[in-house]
Amino acid sequence: MAARVRALETILTKKGLIDPAAIDVIVDTYETKVGPRNGAAVVAKAWSDRDYADWLKRDATAAIASLGFTGRQGEHMQAVFNTDDTHNLVVCTLCSCYPWSVLGLPPVWYKAPPYRSRAVIDPRGVIEEFGVTLPADKKIRVWDSTAELRYLVVPQRPEGTDGLSEAQLADLVTRDSMIGTGLAKGAA
Amino acid sequence: MNGPHDLGGQMGFGPIAPEKDEPYFHAEWEKRALGVTLTAGAMGAWNIDESRHKRESLRPADYYSSSYYEIWIKALEGLLERHGFVTARDLASGDAIDPAATPKRVLKAENVPAVLAKGGPCDRPVDAPARFASGQHVRTKNFHRTGHTRLPRYARGKQGVVDAVREGFVFPDDNAHGKVENPQWVYTVVFTADELWGEGADPTLEVSIDAWESYLEPV
Repeated sequence: MAARVRALETILTKKGLIDPAAIDVIVDTYETKVGPRNGAAVVAKAWSDRDYADWLKRDATAAIASLGFTGRQGEHMQAVFNTDDTHNLVVCTLCSCYPWSVLGLPPVWYKAPPYRSRAVIDPRGVIEEFGVTLPADKKIRVWDSTAELRYLVVPQRPEGTDGLSEAQLADLVTRDSMIGTGLAKGAA
Repeated sequence: MNGPHDLGGQMGFGPIAPEKDEPYFHAEWEKRALGVTLTAGAMGAWNIDESRHKRESLRPADYYSSSYYEIWIKALEGLLERHGFVTARDLASGDAIDPAATPKRVLKAENVPAVLAKGGPCDRPVDAPARFASGQHVRTKNFHRTGHTRLPRYARGKQGVVDAVREGFVFPDDNAHGKVENPQWVYTVVFTADELWGEGADPTLEVSIDAWESYLEPV
């Protein structure tokens, strides 16, 4: 596949259809600039600021854009909040839809058949494979991203984190907790 | 189409096997695959729905034995051929032999940040009022289109409740095939696991999809 991709890039470059330097910028963007720290900042702010949390619930696209996170695969955002009663899980059964603007590029497992096939029929079992056992009576809501809305899970704020700053809180927010396959880390 | 991509509820694919501290890329070629796919897409010859349809049109055995970036590259070659940018001879030789169609635009490095930050919004105004309201019971249609659709098989012919009325969005079933965008209202529709999966379903589970208006009928 390495040779096949190299050949394709060569053909398109020679024909003047693509700029290989543009590829370098794209790769750098998603390796170093756009990733789950963006989403963690959103969640930490929602934990710290009730007005922001309300805005995020009402109009996630605007609330997230206010922190500077916009763009490709984040054009239409919806935040879904975990509660004592309900745990949220996000999947794209049909392809690999994922909120790039807040989580970056999706991990391999998110795009692969085991997760995509099982998340909608056995989410409890799926989540257990990530080392998380939900209480048997906890409701699970799975959001299948079949259109252009992109979902961000807002995990529950861990106990014992009252005095923490937004930056300290953001360190507790894992990528998986914003997909729903994990929970936020406990306070250290 | 009832293609290999439509995975909800399928069985036998094994464990999820999440990788600890997974890197964004597992090989150098994956970086180039991402970049070639995005820069080629930026020529503006096809839209996201057409590219999704090309990926799901891979033969099932090919789709299931390919990594996601491999799926992207295989589909991209097909899109480039379809739109006259490369030929089978180019691909076989690994070199630019035949002339190419003229692209609408070429994405230059200096424009990448602005283009990525802008994204490609798919919301469009719809003149007609929304046919369904939040809280309304609806049933998804049962159809088996040979072209592109975003109504997954597991959620066809199922009764659910409108959880949210969204906005007007480009209709992928038409947009994937070079027709007009034909925007329609999109709704988040939620189903009980019992409705979707029947016997043995998890009583604590609900699943929602985002459905275009023409996927739905009143109950």
